[in-house]
Amino acid sequence: MNRLLVWYGELATTRKLTTRGLALLAVPLIWIVVLLVAPLGAMVAWSVASRAATGDIEWTFSLQNFGRLAGYDAFGWTKSYLVILGTTLVISTITTVITLALAYPLSFFIAQRRPARRYLWLTLIIIPFCTNLVIRTYAWMLLLGNQMPPALLAQWLHLIGPSEALYPSTLAVYIGMVSNSLPFAVLPLYTNVEKLDWAIVEASRDLYSRPMRTFFHGILPQTLPGLVTAIVLTFIPAMGAFLIPDLLGGGKSWMLGNLIQHQFGVSRDFPFGAAVSLVLTFLTMVGLLILRRSGDEVTFL
Amino acid sequence: MERQYDLSGVAAPALGALASAGDAATLQLERGAAKGVVVAGERTLADDDSAGCDLAVNGVTKRFGPVTALDDVSLKVRSGEFVTLLGPSGCGKTTLLRIVAGLELADHGRVAVGGADVTRIPANRRPVNTVFQNYALFPHLNVYENIAYGLRARKFPAPEVDRRVGEVLEMLHLEEMPKRRITQLSGGQKQRVALARALVNHPDVLLLDEPMSALDAKLRAEVQLELRRLQRQLGKTFILVTHDQNEAMTVSDRIFVMREARIVQSGPPAEVYDRPANRFVAEFLGTTNLINAWRTNGTVHTELGNLVPRAHPQWEKGFLSIRPEQIIVRSAKPSSNGIRAIISEVIYRGDHLDVYVQPGNLHVRGLPRAGMKPGEQIWLELPARQLEALGE
Repeated sequence: MNRLLVWYGELATTRKLTTRGLALLAVPLIWIVVLLVAPLGAMVAWSVASRAATGDIEWTFSLQNFGRLAGYDAFGWTKSYLVILGTTLVISTITTVITLALAYPLSFFIAQRRPARRYLWLTLIIIPFCTNLVIRTYAWMLLLGNQMPPALLAQWLHLIGPSEALYPSTLAVYIGMVSNSLPFAVLPLYTNVEKLDWAIVEASRDLYSRPMRTFFHGILPQTLPGLVTAIVLTFIPAMGAFLIPDLLGGGKSWMLGNLIQHQFGVSRDFPFGAAVSLVLTFLTMVGLLILRRSGDEVTFL
Repeated sequence: MERQYDLSGVAAPALGALASAGDAATLQLERGAAKGVVVAGERTLADDDSAGCDLAVNGVTKRFGPVTALDDVSLKVRSGEFVTLLGPSGCGKTTLLRIVAGLELADHGRVAVGGADVTRIPANRRPVNTVFQNYALFPHLNVYENIAYGLRARKFPAPEVDRRVGEVLEMLHLEEMPKRRITQLSGGQKQRVALARALVNHPDVLLLDEPMSALDAKLRAEVQLELRRLQRQLGKTFILVTHDQNEAMTVSDRIFVMREARIVQSGPPAEVYDRPANRFVAEFLGTTNLINAWRTNGTVHTELGNLVPRAHPQWEKGFLSIRPEQIIVRSAKPSSNGIRAIISEVIYRGDHLDVYVQPGNLHVRGLPRAGMKPGEQIWLELPARQLEALGE
């Protein structure tokens, strides 16, 4: 173990080098322990405890919180929490699909501008990204208000009743969610599209392929890494959303995020909130693993 | 009228007429065409009907914003000919190739392949195929699927795809690697796959866009000879774009020298080399000695004395050009076009000597011989039949 060796032109022993390595690693290790391992451990511990009548934590060590999320409680089985889980998956999936459908052509549009213009467009995409989520969401509430053009148009088309606003509604939730995740999808896709090898697209055209075939063989495979990153960066935050469904959905369509927030807030049921959080984390990890498998070389930004 | 790619001569006009009826019809026709090939039996690439179609480019002009890439360019390539578009970067040679391929559309002028006008026909329906500069192979497909790509696009039946791909794999010595991934190939192998991917379609005209620029010098020399042999064997029309004059001289039947969006000279390699049309061509192909000259009546004057060129010039002021290997070293004063010179530098090149002399800093190339030392006085003869009078 204590061998003498030359390391970068310096005489050292393996033990000395190990100590030095550990010293260098200490800062990130402490960082990870304090900010990741400790909170996660606390969550796991809480999730198997239960809420006392006073709202305090009672260390009972049971899996009843997970049972409760699956719908089993003192009064038998109810689907209410599973509906929330389903709603979360549906809203996140639809948000991801709409976001990608917008971001994909948008990234091509930006990549084809002159370089100076590109940065203008990217700045426009990034500005909301730098704005606080609450402010952005309130801005949507203003925009979708009953006296604003979108609502007036909808009223005129009799899609909503006279003098009604466009929120709270499912549509408003999607508008909020998609606008929130658009920069996260556009940026990785844009960096990918910018590097696209157009010669491959031309080769496909030269080899008798119609536009659709050229897209599927010349363009899509080349944008796959950016696409996977965009999906990850859209879907995962969407799974954890709670502010947007709360403000723009009027608290009618709850997502897991709202459920968790409620447990740590109004209900003061930390154990149940911790259990739901763990399930959400688990679902996210499963999603990530599936994407890891599907894309060979997934690059995260 | 659109030409179909692979039809037997009898069926071609009828199918061509139907092809304009729309996509659905075209699809069916292509299927029919593919079947037709199977019925026709063992047609191979070498005796393919479409082997060697001629190409005509007529008055093509192309502008990119303020830049004129091609200015009223016309050229004719005979069927089965191997021609080279040679010129410095930015001369428009690649643009011309891309217009023939259909990857760019000409602003003015027409392009015809085998007598059929293809000016407005998109790339995917032209009977020409391209070997791209960096090969542009599909990274997600293996070698076999890359080569089969064009055949699959035209919905050839599987046995026919297999037969044709097998044929080109063998022809280009790629039998070992149909299952290889593109990333596992060397530069030379990628180049052969790119060539196979184009040739498997039996194109009327094969376009090569600087296909050897990514290879090292030794491999490039081998590939040039290989390409020449292949073209002879197939009898197909090849059009090569290059800025390498050696490459152009090695492979071509004819060279088109391009400069600033125009073709400045065309002809067989020997003619372009020995009888350059102007100073640019003389300097671009090989090395040459340029001697400033001016004319008074019947006499051509230079700083080196009066010289007699091969043909009497029209200009008042211009250049005389002679290749280094065509200057003859004499021990006594030659009867005409003789120059008394002092050797300033001798460079031993193994198989030849490069000698620089004063006055005029002339470059003389010859076999190694005794007595060639700096400071020696020699006589040079600039033979009139190799001394060209050139304009700018």
